[in-house]
Amino acid sequence: MSNVHPYVGRAEPRVDGALKVTGRAKYAAEFRADDMVYAAAVPATIAKGRIVALDLSRALSAPGVLDILTHENRPEIPESDEPYLNDMVAVPGSPFRPLKDDRIVYGGQAIALVIADTHENARHAASLVAAEYEAETPVVDVAAARGEAYDTFEPRDGIPPPPPPRGDAEAAFEGSAIRLRHDYRVAPEHHNPMEMMATTVVWEGEGRLTIHTKTQGVINPKNYICAVFGLDPDKVIVNSPFVGGAFGMALRPHYDLMLATMAALKLERSVRLVLTRAQMYTMGWRPDTLQTVALSASADGALTSISHHAVQATSRYEDYQEPTVNWSGLLYDCPNVSLKYELAKIDTATPSDMRAPGATLGVYALEAAMDELSYELGIDPLELRLKNYAERDGNDDKPFSSKELKAAYAQGAERFGWSKRSPEPRSMRDGKELVGLGMATGCWEAMMQPHSASATLSADGRLEVACGTADIGTGTYTILSQIAADEFGLDIGDVTARVGDTTLPMAPVEGGSWGAASAGNAVRAACKALKEDLLKHARGLDGSPLSNAAIDHVAFANGRIALGSDESQSVSFADAVRASGQAAVSAKADFAPDEDFSKKFAAYTHSAVFAEVKVDEELGVIRVTRVVSAIAAGKILNLATARSQILGGVVMGIGMALHEETLWDKRLGRVVNANLGEYHVPAHADIQNIDVIFVEEDDKANPLGVKGLGEIGIVGAAAAIANAVFHATGRRVRDLPITIEKLL
Amino acid sequence: MINFGYTRAATIGEAIQAVAGDPQARFIAGGTNLVDLMKYGVERPGRLVDITRLPLKHMEDTPGGGLKIGALVPNSDLAYDARVERDYPLLSSAILAGASAQLRNAATTGGNLLQRTRCYYFYDAAAPCNKREPGSGCSAIGGVTRVHAILGASSSCIATHPSDMCVALAALGATVHVEGPDGARTVAFEDFHRLPGDAPEKDNTLAHGEMVTAIELPAPRFGSNHSYLKLRDRLSYAFALVSVAAAVELDGDRIAEARVALGGVAHKPWRVPEAEALLKGETPSPDAFGKAADRLLEGAVGQGENDFKIELARRAVIRALSQAAAGTPQVQSNKIVN
Ligand SMILES: Cc1cc2nc3c(=O)[nH]c(=O)nc-3n(C[C@H](O)[C@H](O)[C@H](O)COP(=O)(O)OP(=O)(O)OC[C@H]3O[C@@H](n4cnc5c(N)ncnc54)[C@H](O)[C@@H]3O)c2cc1C
Ligand code: SF4
Repeated sequence: MSNVHPYVGRAEPRVDGALKVTGRAKYAAEFRADDMVYAAAVPATIAKGRIVALDLSRALSAPGVLDILTHENRPEIPESDEPYLNDMVAVPGSPFRPLKDDRIVYGGQAIALVIADTHENARHAASLVAAEYEAETPVVDVAAARGEAYDTFEPRDGIPPPPPPRGDAEAAFEGSAIRLRHDYRVAPEHHNPMEMMATTVVWEGEGRLTIHTKTQGVINPKNYICAVFGLDPDKVIVNSPFVGGAFGMALRPHYDLMLATMAALKLERSVRLVLTRAQMYTMGWRPDTLQTVALSASADGALTSISHHAVQATSRYEDYQEPTVNWSGLLYDCPNVSLKYELAKIDTATPSDMRAPGATLGVYALEAAMDELSYELGIDPLELRLKNYAERDGNDDKPFSSKELKAAYAQGAERFGWSKRSPEPRSMRDGKELVGLGMATGCWEAMMQPHSASATLSADGRLEVACGTADIGTGTYTILSQIAADEFGLDIGDVTARVGDTTLPMAPVEGGSWGAASAGNAVRAACKALKEDLLKHARGLDGSPLSNAAIDHVAFANGRIALGSDESQSVSFADAVRASGQAAVSAKADFAPDEDFSKKFAAYTHSAVFAEVKVDEELGVIRVTRVVSAIAAGKILNLATARSQILGGVVMGIGMALHEETLWDKRLGRVVNANLGEYHVPAHADIQNIDVIFVEEDDKANPLGVKGLGEIGIVGAAAAIANAVFHATGRRVRDLPITIEKLL
Repeated sequence: MINFGYTRAATIGEAIQAVAGDPQARFIAGGTNLVDLMKYGVERPGRLVDITRLPLKHMEDTPGGGLKIGALVPNSDLAYDARVERDYPLLSSAILAGASAQLRNAATTGGNLLQRTRCYYFYDAAAPCNKREPGSGCSAIGGVTRVHAILGASSSCIATHPSDMCVALAALGATVHVEGPDGARTVAFEDFHRLPGDAPEKDNTLAHGEMVTAIELPAPRFGSNHSYLKLRDRLSYAFALVSVAAAVELDGDRIAEARVALGGVAHKPWRVPEAEALLKGETPSPDAFGKAADRLLEGAVGQGENDFKIELARRAVIRALSQAAAGTPQVQSNKIVN
């Protein structure tokens, strides 16, 4: 093959693709052990109250049942919150722990764990556990709890609360001729990944455990489980090589982990617990949120004020936060900004991060309001955005590390054909259908976290790079392989990337779209360190042609280290490894974000999303016929996997705009559509043309120039669609999803 | 898993006997509905009598020029059968509007008739439900009712029948062939399913042990003027909020006969002959269709969340009849409503 380098920047196929499509990629519920037994969690049928009595008799006498754990007979677990706060994604409050006591704090909460010889027997016996409750009336609707909203919570670690007000938004609003104030609501959603939460605890003997669990970062369940059960960290390995979709729901340890481990420790044998699809709706979710946005502008379209207020649901026991309003302070240049974020407690499980938490909801409301403002002003929606373009982050008063949003607007508009849009609502038609064109801006943090990685070259010329991060389906294996292959001039087939194991160099959870930038740069650094080591060994060879060569003077390619000035002067990788006296040479490196840089610059990714809808007005049928998403997200490592991330984000945005809604029965406090038949994620028929553009963006925040893009794709997508629906029909629906009845 | 017995029946008689003699026994065909319900603990059969090997997989022409469809003909085979596509395109279209390709491959003609409601609470074994547990109450009333009935409901049950295929069969005036311990009988399609009344546990008029052996369609009509219009929460793979099977026979520019059946609105496909009669002799027009729709929807009441279905159904009837009259039926592979 001719020289294919650099791999970075190309549409390189997934290195784990074949494993996945042939079923060889193993997920948490697919690991097994010889003596393994199976557990099933019994869900509470009330949402609030207490268990008065449990009757286990029928379940205990069911075939194959070995044990049933309840709050009454479970092994000791710590009383204090402290150990549970080893969850690095914990939020302020008292973390939930299953089987703690008789209290029921949300519908479907596990009240017992049945352990049996087979999965089927466990599930059957679980259905035979009878409970008597003292039920209280639950509140599962944030609107009903709004009166008790509060902002006195302790801020969530690592999540900045809204910035203080700047200017005087209220006075500016009152003093402006053009102004609007509207309420927006987005229905609560669940993540609905393909893979259920699952944990297989392998009892290795002598107190050793290997835990295969669905997680976005193996270190988190490990720290948690060791703290909660007082285990020796040297005796616990957590392994999660593949994750079947997570979107934030597998950041925190869930009850499958704790219960499976509890059972394994009690029975001293291997245990597997796979949650049911219905139980996937008994944990983290995108919180029910009520928002009010007020905007004012001068007649020429310059924003004079932005006020954004959100009331968001959280559980009774924790103050989950995703300060939904923050992006309203930085997306546009505006002198008067007032942001307010409150929580209201309801009787559900704690919400959780879900793809671009906060921004997905908040930017929707802001961008819907901006669209409304454009009509008030009679200014093209795109022009209004350009008119108020922010060159600095107004929240922190910093310049951006890079921001090619203008290019994204321009290239997106061009590809989409925005100029062909006629401004009046209801002015475009295609046969019976009204046609609407809408657009919105998206924005998401470009974050990084300290990561470590290793790189190992063996004498046979194979390179292995490793980092304890996770590949949640985004393509981490592939980009790490690309980066490493380029560093050594190797064929990507000679590189193996390993992630998802606590025996690998440390990484935190994979979230916030920081994985590529952090793990990528860590692997790059490890490769650089390894190259130095190899060169040292090569130089030490008798009569080495590289004896005086510095690292800057050599090139790694074709399996050799060669002088840049004279390629014939070289040492093979194999000889360099052999010179070390070992079978392989290994190096480790740590990557940490540059604090000085982040003090000086605000780092964000941006998007310009354009959507075309066709609406059969009479019947309320909406089709999203075209979406163009133009993304400014720094260096794109892999055009194929990056595009997939954006496509997925847009599809999720279409779901949010038109289909998705978790329905709670307000009396029972339970989710009634807890399955993929009745919780409507978009089907193939709902998805037509989605075009992704990556604009050039040169960012200096890290050596690779990467910003990350797992989340930016969803931000703004729902707003662009809702805005297009308005343009098509002249009807402003401020309550997502826009289901049929809302257009009738 | 709850253990159950499993028998593979060799003959129709054997299958019927096996079920008739055991109150806990159920026929199983494609299993796409029954197995789901077993997993949810809604159905707990003591014995499954597998009928999939029985000789009920054929379609044959009837002496009267109609078509007799064996109860085990898969939904896909039926939808793509050349005769059905040519002579009964409304049926083909309705089937293709439902479920997914994989499900249609497994689902059978008989099973489709017998599929059970998608009421959320019916599936939730912890919620009272008169259909699941007679006398326990109806959780849907006062709960999440967006998908529930607007016609023919009772204070015991407001569930809908979820089938698409059955809506077309109702409009086409099919006959159901049934065999039971007491011999064979035929049932007019409109008498096959029932309204909930105070016995919502009974979806239909089959006795325990009776088997659907075939569906018979009368001689082809409405081959060019028909439409199946399904409105739902996403463009595919969702049950109907409202669906309409419409068919008209034109005499010059006048309607000689019309058929309209509604799905997603009642415990059975909803047909009102008086509404159809209103169209006789009329020239097709939104106005005439609207009058028929009003008659069809007479007495409709919502539960609050599903009130919109009444207006939606009215509009859908007008559109589907317009499509039918114009000879431009709704295409199921393209989601544009024409
Ligand atoms: C996710 C999902 C989505 C779906 N979407 C749609 C949709 O949009 N529209 C739609 O119309 N349908 C839809 N379906 C339902 C599908 O059409 C039915 O499940 C299917 O038709 C049932 O046929 P079956 O042969 O699998 O029945 P089975 O599951 O085998 O049986 C169903 C019932 O019928 C009884 N039975 C079966 N055959 C006979 C017989 N010959 N005589 C007497 N009793 C019999 C069984 O005892 C059982 O009670 C969907 C199903 C699923 C799972
Ligand atoms: S509507 Fe019918 S099926 Fe639904 S809960 Fe009520 S009785 Fe049960």
